[in-house]
Amino acid sequence: MSVAPAEVERPETAQEAVPDTPWVTIVWNDPVNLMSYVTYVFQKVFGYAKAKAEKLMLDVHHKGRAVVSSGTREEMEHHAEILHGYGLWATVSHDR
Amino acid sequence: MTGPAAPGDPDVPEDDSDTGVEESMAGFRRRQDGVSARFTAAQAGIIRNLVGQVADLIEGERTRESGTMPDAGADVGPAPGTVPPMGEAAGPGAPFGMEDLAAMLGEDGPTDPPDDPVLARLLPDAYRDDPAAAGEFRCFTEPDLRSAKVEAAQRVLGTLPERGGRVRLSDSDAQAWLRSLNDVRLALGVRIDITEDYGQQLARVSRDDPAAAYLWVYDWLSVLLETLVHALA
Repeated sequence: MSVAPAEVERPETAQEAVPDTPWVTIVWNDPVNLMSYVTYVFQKVFGYAKAKAEKLMLDVHHKGRAVVSSGTREEMEHHAEILHGYGLWATVSHDR
Repeated sequence: MTGPAAPGDPDVPEDDSDTGVEESMAGFRRRQDGVSARFTAAQAGIIRNLVGQVADLIEGERTRESGTMPDAGADVGPAPGTVPPMGEAAGPGAPFGMEDLAAMLGEDGPTDPPDDPVLARLLPDAYRDDPAAAGEFRCFTEPDLRSAKVEAAQRVLGTLPERGGRVRLSDSDAQAWLRSLNDVRLALGVRIDITEDYGQQLARVSRDDPAAAYLWVYDWLSVLLETLVHALA
């Protein structure tokens, strides 16, 4: 049996973990979803405070769309999947 | 998006009596261990009908598209909790076909969006300008999305008596109601062409117009969903 190495080699992933051009999840305006419902879903899905959720909801309402989250492509696809479950019109996009 | 559809009185007085027509118009309210609402038989009938229709639409097309869903009541193998006969299916004489493997891995989704505009709205593309990426996403996620929507609908049907009456929902069941009522509104929204000028649509529609009844139902469901959101928030 060997003793554990005194110092574990540190993986150099701190930089790579943050992509230069992240992916984003976008929610688009539609005439059916209620403003209160959309705010609630943003709070529930992302854990956003009510003020932030309301601001995003108003962006969707007035500007036609809003970026609601950013990260890796896999994460954004997962967010879109959850939002589709709530009936929100969500898409994934590369933030260039 | 749209605000509260019908500006009713949001401060409905607390009334614990289990009778009264007013309460059946008040929608959901918060309870200690969940939410509750009272429905007339007519209201329950409308919700059950529409929720059932949307579930049938989603489920019917799933059966047709994937071709892997067994018929109801068909022999689908061992009951849950029993050990499957390993030798039969996995033996060299009867290897898994690729379709079986795809079904096990859940990769049996379609890549094209549904033709029906209602289904296309309920199961939207996740990529706006990239059909290949949209197709790949759909292939991996659509079967689960369909299942989740059908399951939510079934939970509504399972908690809403045909004769109406008091409905008490756990927070978990309330989440199913939330999604399912919204799916019905999305479906109606496509079918009766709800626009941002919805308030004017409602004001303009004539009583003789066949669309009027659907508009009123849509409006009532919007108010009902609004009360459910506030009861959960």
